[in-house]
Amino acid sequence: MNLEFSAEQQSLRDAARRLLADRCTPEMVRRILDGTDRYDRGLWRELAELGYLGVAIPEEFGGSGAGYLELCVIAEELGRVLAPVPVSSSTYLAAEFLKIGGSAGQQAAYLPKLASGALIGTFALAERAGEPNWQLLRARVEGDRLTGTKTVVADGDTADFAVVAARAADAPGPSLYLLDLHGAGVVRRPLTTIDPSRGYAELTIHSAPVEPLALGEVGGRVLRRVLDGAAVLMAFEQLGGAERALELACAYAKERWAFGRPIGSNQAIKHMLADMYVSVTLARSNAYFGAWALSTGADALGEAAACARISATQAFQHCARNNTQVHGGSGFTWAVDCHLYYRRSNLLALALGGLAPWEDRLIDELQRSAASQRG
Amino acid sequence: MDFDDSPADAEFRAVARSWLDANAPKELESSLRHAGFGELVLDGTDVLTASRHWQQRKAAAGWACPHWPREYGGRGLTPIEQVIWQQEEGVYGRLAAPFIVGHGMCGPTLMSHAGEEDRRRYLPPLASGEEIWCQLFSEPGAGSDLAGISTRASADAGAWVVNGQKVWTSFAHLSDFGLLLARTDPAVPKHRGLTMFFVDMHAPGVEVRPIKQANGQHGFNEVFFSDVRIPDRQRLGPVGNGWHVALTTLMNERLAIGSGMPTGFEEIFNWCCSLAQSGAKVLDDRAVRTRLATWAARRSGLKYTAARAITALSRGATPGPENSVGKLVAGSTMQEVAEFALSLAGPLGVVSDPRAAVDGGRFQSMLLRAPATRLEGGTDEILRNIIAERVLGLPPDIRLDKDIPFNRIPSRGDAG
Repeated sequence: MNLEFSAEQQSLRDAARRLLADRCTPEMVRRILDGTDRYDRGLWRELAELGYLGVAIPEEFGGSGAGYLELCVIAEELGRVLAPVPVSSSTYLAAEFLKIGGSAGQQAAYLPKLASGALIGTFALAERAGEPNWQLLRARVEGDRLTGTKTVVADGDTADFAVVAARAADAPGPSLYLLDLHGAGVVRRPLTTIDPSRGYAELTIHSAPVEPLALGEVGGRVLRRVLDGAAVLMAFEQLGGAERALELACAYAKERWAFGRPIGSNQAIKHMLADMYVSVTLARSNAYFGAWALSTGADALGEAAACARISATQAFQHCARNNTQVHGGSGFTWAVDCHLYYRRSNLLALALGGLAPWEDRLIDELQRSAASQRG
Repeated sequence: MDFDDSPADAEFRAVARSWLDANAPKELESSLRHAGFGELVLDGTDVLTASRHWQQRKAAAGWACPHWPREYGGRGLTPIEQVIWQQEEGVYGRLAAPFIVGHGMCGPTLMSHAGEEDRRRYLPPLASGEEIWCQLFSEPGAGSDLAGISTRASADAGAWVVNGQKVWTSFAHLSDFGLLLARTDPAVPKHRGLTMFFVDMHAPGVEVRPIKQANGQHGFNEVFFSDVRIPDRQRLGPVGNGWHVALTTLMNERLAIGSGMPTGFEEIFNWCCSLAQSGAKVLDDRAVRTRLATWAARRSGLKYTAARAITALSRGATPGPENSVGKLVAGSTMQEVAEFALSLAGPLGVVSDPRAAVDGGRFQSMLLRAPATRLEGGTDEILRNIIAERVLGLPPDIRLDKDIPFNRIPSRGDAG
């Protein structure tokens, strides 16, 4: 029995934490939040040079081939510091779509550049309000041309290409295509979101040339598998953010005095913080379950991904919300960092679909395993 | 990350499994598996007889308290082997209910604080279930504030005379001995005036009365002491050091490692699946799915929190206060599950008669037992304090009775 990261993975964590403490300060996050840059190019370059973007990409395609556990470690550290870089879009999603669904030629063409950070990829699914329904996509491909609108595309304003879910003329369910976002027929409109430290855009696509990645039933399976993996990785980001919000709240509860004593000596505050610790603990344990399932290719990946996603979403929202509450009035000022965590927790809660689709995924998986136990 | 045993652990598991295969009381397996919450009831079998029988069979083969040293009735297992043993023993472990307090709390306290002669005299029969022990800590006036107990032990010619009342004493009515925390000096601050003893529960002046619990069962007792004489040699640790001894006892409270605390999720999910199989649309309901998924993720979180604790244990770490999370989450989850299950049953949800109730009345008995899980062995509020102070490092509560002699601490009677 071993549900812990190895010594090597722990030292990767230490190195990443040191680097990010220095290179991804709250001031830097605020530069993106307040400015016109949509991500921090310097940090992106540095992550690429350290090989962080390629840990789960095979060596033959320019990665280190270390594996998913290393990527989980890095994701948690990026989440702690609210890193304003397109790692989730490019590394957890685009690179994984190519790894899992791409042809040998597509992998050779894209993966080395994703590992080196030379290319930024993303994933475009949503088309309108409400949870995306794969079976009711409006975006269509006829011949090799895609037409449709994709909205709330993470990093859609800066990415070089997108994996787009659309309906093929002759195949049921979602198919996946590669779309050059610099190419003809693509208009991007940046979107202002609740968390301006990350870039989002709407893509209006009119008869743009696309390359098929995975079509029909295969497309659906690839989509399922990549989203499950991304949910685990995103859960680590959320976990990192949740734990940091808890740390900030605890530190403030010890240093802020009122009524002649630290506010953290009041049970109303202590118990709120204890409950935050509980949610972080459950989220961490579920994230490790997810990491194990992802790294071993276990049948339980669907269940594990859903548990990780639900638990981490709840923990980050809970901790970010109560971190502000513990900070009192100062927590509602622009100058104090509470709102950075509050914004990011609510942004990530809706990335990859909100809670409802993951609740469905979990119940479906549990029903499936209950039915198979019944025989 | 993996869930595999090391080669040595796998070998140990095989040994444990083959002994259990040959010796476990398989005729009880089904009723143990389906036993409800709270007090154990077995169809057509006396629980104490079955429990003693199984415990003695284990003792004869060295499996009674396998993590104890051999000279005290154990087998000298490592902590990780103990977890494996618990996993393998599975439902049969429920038969140890009458011995849990003795094995989990009294035994380790004797091991730390009794003399060698007493350890050899008392621990082996405690392990084998031949002698049952209880823990006499809580009082009507002192629960969460345990150091505020007022049961008095007065020195009298090389012995102690005890007067007072204890409460919530599990299995006192079956016990041969009890671990007793008493006040030996009321003129010093409360933590400093306590002393630990063990007492013969058959001694003159000890009276055990069952408590009828809120759910109608009788799992606990009140214990009254009227001029009970305890020889000084039954004192554990120095006079005035009882709080320190009590802390060793409480630290040994059985950790929910390995098995995990029940949350009620399996029960409600299986019930919903069986409803769905007979055509009900319950699992298509968004609200139902949301509640079930939230509990499923919590249960999974607890399961893998236990797995992480076992990982730490196997690397030589000491289980810490982090383990308070299990009971805190499981207790309130079970209460939510029970309430929701009743609401799913509609008007029939109120029926508790197993012959007429939905799913044999299991959710009604869960509902009525659930308040206790949030109180026993540390209330939710005490557990939150433990997490806040010992894990997160927050300042202790402000205590108005600090440094005041026990007999001068204000109480409601003084408020006039």
